Amino acid sequence: MAGDAAEWSDGGKAERFKALALPHLDELYTLARYLMRGASDADDAVQECYLRAFRHFETFRGGPIKPWLLAILRNVCHATYVGNSRLVFSADRDADDQAKPIWREDADTPEQAVLRRQDSDTMRRLIGELPAEFREVIVLREINDLSYRDIATVIEAPIGTVMSRLARARGLLRDAWIAAEGGVSPYEL
Amino acid sequence: MNCDEASMLLHALIDGELDAGHARELEIHISTCAGCAARLREFHELRKMMTPAGLRLSAPASLRASIESKLPKAIADASSRRAVIKGFAVGATMSALAASGLLVMVMRTDDQKRILGEVVSAHLRSLQAQHLTDVASTDQHTVKPWFNGRIDVAPPVADLTAQGFTLLGGRLDYVDAKPVAAIVYRRRVHIINLFCAPAPGSGDRAATMENLHGFNVRRWSENGINLWVVSDINPDELAEFGEKFEAALKQ
Repeated sequence: MAGDAAEWSDGGKAERFKALALPHLDELYTLARYLMRGASDADDAVQECYLRAFRHFETFRGGPIKPWLLAILRNVCHATYVGNSRLVFSADRDADDQAKPIWREDADTPEQAVLRRQDSDTMRRLIGELPAEFREVIVLREINDLSYRDIATVIEAPIGTVMSRLARARGLLRDAWIAAEGGVSPYEL
Repeated sequence: MNCDEASMLLHALIDGELDAGHARELEIHISTCAGCAARLREFHELRKMMTPAGLRLSAPASLRASIESKLPKAIADASSRRAVIKGFAVGATMSALAASGLLVMVMRTDDQKRILGEVVSAHLRSLQAQHLTDVASTDQHTVKPWFNGRIDVAPPVADLTAQGFTLLGGRLDYVDAKPVAAIVYRRRVHIINLFCAPAPGSGDRAATMENLHGFNVRRWSENGINLWVVSDINPDELAEFGEKFEAALKQ
């Protein structure tokens, strides 16, 4: 029987949702920043993701909540671009196209440029310059630390597709890294 | 295994996603293929550059605050919808018992009234039977610990003697088929029952005053506890009790 009074048990649900979902805010924000053009778009997407996830919390079937949240966030990001006629996700796009950087650090000043010598900074920029379908698998794998199966769920594609995109993404990233570091292979560093 | 397969599978190896059989085949191939061996080393090195700590971004505090402020609002927006969903869900179960979903929803909306009725009934029982208190004491430091191990809540017990409300003791009672802590006070000849029910995770709620069968009930929630205070004293005095009680706990 619905033991708790109806409207009070909703408060418990909200608290349960917050306790489960809010710890993943940084992870969601990270994916959003890599997928969306600007920081404010990323903010909006993450916020919409949380509200959508809360509305559909009943459909969450337990287990790790992170892939579930990331899948919602990815859908939000897609919908935003479709709604704005700014579709950047395209599985058909030739990976060899010179992809425009979609995600960038804040505007460079000379001082910042000096500070950005660190590998991580370069790597973030290079990931941001990957075509979207490769960028998302790299972020989901390397930063969000999802298994292939979870990535497949999030991007709604077979595991084989995950594997081939990841292989392609790393190949592009390796080439970009070598180019950025002046022709030195990471292995030789 | 050829180089095309190997160049795909070496990523699965790096990611720890390759089964033992394929891993062995891949190792055999790599041991005989300098090109694939070099690729594997390159991608290993590449991954070392990709430490999550360096690539992860922290959400701005303003975003966190904004989400947290919007979620309670979402509760209000979603609650009616959820009531319908729950109604259908429970109704589906109950249809086996030839009950309609509509009935379930009516029952749910009446939950609050039913609990209010139970609170008043518990108050009446305490007056009629020789069972006003399980622990009789005017000392809050005797009453409060008595509930240890008897109920999943540490009921707030305040000494309000100076405000004209005498602590009589406490007892275990039942509301909505769940144990609740009842703290008993007296105002002149009137008995006041304060019921405390654990409600983990529920948010604080400001007090509301209701009347049932001539009894006044003031209810509120704080710190994960639902509280009802019931008596036949007039609403003003009951409100005074509630306010003094809340104030005493905040000291």
